Amino acid sequence: MTALSEAAPVQPCYHCGLPVPAASYYPVHIQGQARLMCCPGCQAVAMAIVDGGLDSFYQFRTAANERPDILEGSSAKSAQHWAIYDLPEVQSEFVLPLSGQLKQANLLLEGITCAACSWLIETHLKKNPAVKSVTVNLTTHRCTIIWDEQAPLSEIFSALQAIGYSPRPATDDQQQQLIKRENRIALFRIGVAGFGTMQAMMVAVGMYTGATDFWLDFLRWLSMLVATPVVFFSAWPFFQAAWRSIQMRHLVMDVPVALAIGLAYLASVWATLTSTGEVYFESVSMFTLFLLVGRYVELRARHRNRLAFGNLAQLMPLTACCLRTENGCEVEASMPIKTLKLGDLILVKAGETFPCDGRVVAGESAVVEALLTGESQPVTKKSGDTVIAGTLNNHSPLKVEVTALGAATQLSAIERLASQAAEEKPLQVLSADRIARFFIARLLVVCALVFGFWLWYRPDHALWVTLSVLVVTCPCALALAMPAALSAATANLRKRGFLVARGHVIETLNSINRVIFDKTGTLTLGKFSLAEVQLLNQQELGARLPVLSREALLGVAAALETGSNHPLAVAFRPWQDICQASNVKQTTAAGVEGQIDGITYRLGTVGFATTICNITGAAIPPMTLPDDQHTWLLLTSEQGPLAWFGLVDQVRPDAAALIATLKARDIKVELLSGDHSGAVAQLSHQLGIDEFTAGAAPGDKLSHLGRRQAQGDKVLMIGDGINDVPVLSGADVSVAMASASDLAQTRADAVLLNDRLAVLTEALDVAGRTKGIIRQNLRYSLIYNLLALPLAAAGMIPPWLAAIGMTASSLVVIFNALRLMD
Amino acid sequence: MESLYFLVPCALVFIGLAVKALFWAINNGQYDNLDTEAHRILFDAEQKKKEEPSSTDTTKTPE
Repeated sequence: MTALSEAAPVQPCYHCGLPVPAASYYPVHIQGQARLMCCPGCQAVAMAIVDGGLDSFYQFRTAANERPDILEGSSAKSAQHWAIYDLPEVQSEFVLPLSGQLKQANLLLEGITCAACSWLIETHLKKNPAVKSVTVNLTTHRCTIIWDEQAPLSEIFSALQAIGYSPRPATDDQQQQLIKRENRIALFRIGVAGFGTMQAMMVAVGMYTGATDFWLDFLRWLSMLVATPVVFFSAWPFFQAAWRSIQMRHLVMDVPVALAIGLAYLASVWATLTSTGEVYFESVSMFTLFLLVGRYVELRARHRNRLAFGNLAQLMPLTACCLRTENGCEVEASMPIKTLKLGDLILVKAGETFPCDGRVVAGESAVVEALLTGESQPVTKKSGDTVIAGTLNNHSPLKVEVTALGAATQLSAIERLASQAAEEKPLQVLSADRIARFFIARLLVVCALVFGFWLWYRPDHALWVTLSVLVVTCPCALALAMPAALSAATANLRKRGFLVARGHVIETLNSINRVIFDKTGTLTLGKFSLAEVQLLNQQELGARLPVLSREALLGVAAALETGSNHPLAVAFRPWQDICQASNVKQTTAAGVEGQIDGITYRLGTVGFATTICNITGAAIPPMTLPDDQHTWLLLTSEQGPLAWFGLVDQVRPDAAALIATLKARDIKVELLSGDHSGAVAQLSHQLGIDEFTAGAAPGDKLSHLGRRQAQGDKVLMIGDGINDVPVLSGADVSVAMASASDLAQTRADAVLLNDRLAVLTEALDVAGRTKGIIRQNLRYSLIYNLLALPLAAAGMIPPWLAAIGMTASSLVVIFNALRLMD
Repeated sequence: MESLYFLVPCALVFIGLAVKALFWAINNGQYDNLDTEAHRILFDAEQKKKEEPSSTDTTKTPE
């Protein structure tokens, strides 16, 4: 056994911040000082940055970089890797031809951590004379490059790779354009409403402070001039929505809003044209502005959700390594996925994603199918087995025959299941719409009665009194009561790390009485750690070795696992510097073998590990797993078994607290996992969850949810995997973790931005407070309307008072809602 | 009061210009990406300071 080196103080890598292994030495001179890097990848990236004269990047960045993926080999090889993106078929997905020789490419960049990254990328790429413009969007991690097509795009890709950002084509450009257009139009409308309101209010001051005769008329015309674009441009969406809702015979709040804006505007126009009555242009404009700002906040929240997490949008690779027989020998060729046909043979290397469903023809490997099953443990695939698009090949190359492509794959089937669930989702009726329904009918009846009375009492006043009733009782405050409170609550929750993506979330949160959790990645971190080590009594087993300490055995295990990217290998990382192994061989779904100081060790399943023990004399006692709560690995040497290592998926630190809080609030808690292992029961027991289901497929999960909803439960679902997507779509409120797959996030109603489960409790609190504020707001505005109605009906409210009343009631409601911000 | 005949149209022209300027800014993409641009100024200023000595270096050493 080598002398166990003293654990050196762990130094973080200057580039990525991960600990630098003691045995490694990868220095880079940055601003006159030698800095240590953790791996050749970081070193290469840091050197590329320094050589480019961009070392001040390290001074300005506010967060450590991500550890770059190393592309083996020289830069020539890396350029070859990207060469596929020079093909016109591949480029057609993300490149737009501009005028002349210029082209525009939309890319997604992995590895952007802070604002300095955008500076680094822009400055680095602009050194290439062919690159005309580079814009990096920090929020969306998207990068738009305009370049001269004389230079190959692959050159730009490898330049990005050199400084540590892996580029991927952004193929969801249409959605991007749509979002951009929506955002711009909303800003146009707010801008027009803002300027219009300012002018109309200024003019109103003149009208109310004593303009008479000619000047009064003049000012009226003026305010009509500035209010008209506000009504016809800015308020247009309200009219559209109201019209749609009337056509569908389903009244929403937009109807009274449109009615109020429309009638107040028409009455004012009539008054201006005939020089009678009163004008309400400034009230109309202001009301429109307030509503638009509220809607804009909501729109931004929705867009942010779709954009910021679109980073994993491309689950599928764009190209595949296709095997063709030419002149009797097999040739590998990179081909765009689009040109693949059924029956083609493709080679999927270790670490690559399967581009299509297929059948393994040759090779044996471990495949991570967490996509479908939620299970993080790899599954062995050998000749004749089927593989599924979107799953990850973990170990060694596989030759696969294509059996399904594109929309025919199982992944597409899951997406279809999700959209079906979303359609059947119980419709959440916003209470604002219920009020609208209640309110409109009664308002119209009252108006008719008032008009009838005045027609009989004083026919010449009837029209004006009725209009003033309509304007005074215009449900401005009522219409603002909900959106103002919801916008404030949304902003507040966003600050806490709970991103609300759909309008009904805050309201529905209050009625939730059951929370269903997914296991891996939600209640647990999805990262394995060492839970238990059981040393086997080596003397008893007849071993002739000196007894190794717990620490030394861990060192041996870590050394064996050093080169592995298996999820279980991560658990041994802390001990990996103790000794080094040679001749390490991995066997799929079994374990690893390696030599340390001339002794062969094996780590893995019982069957795999015990086969190397050749104990003379004593037979090996049958090895049984200590229990089924952990994942157990056995370490053996040629002389006999040495130790059991029990690994466990780490539970999120705040999971237990959250579950206790939920139970204290009389909310039922349930665990629904696709995982088969006994770990589900163990975890439920540990966290105090009474109901749990293991081994549920995506479809099972959905039908389980359906049964719960049929019982009358309002269900909140928290999940992260693609296998959770259908349930997330079907739940009353669904929450995705920040680390969740993209599909899960776009289908979820809300996202936990920093993966802190405790935020959920805060969200429930804020939702409760919001409900209270909305009630108050509705009460204020109803009281105001009820007080104003009889006075207006009696013809006793002068128009300036009506305008002040309208404004004041709106402001009261808005300021009350702002209390939710903290 | 007659000055209003001049001042009011003036004000209207100004509103028109303001709206136009806003539309131009929005169409120019200035509101699409608020984070990156907010930080850019910090790096550019520092970079110029750094570039000056390095550019004198290159002039001294003949290529």
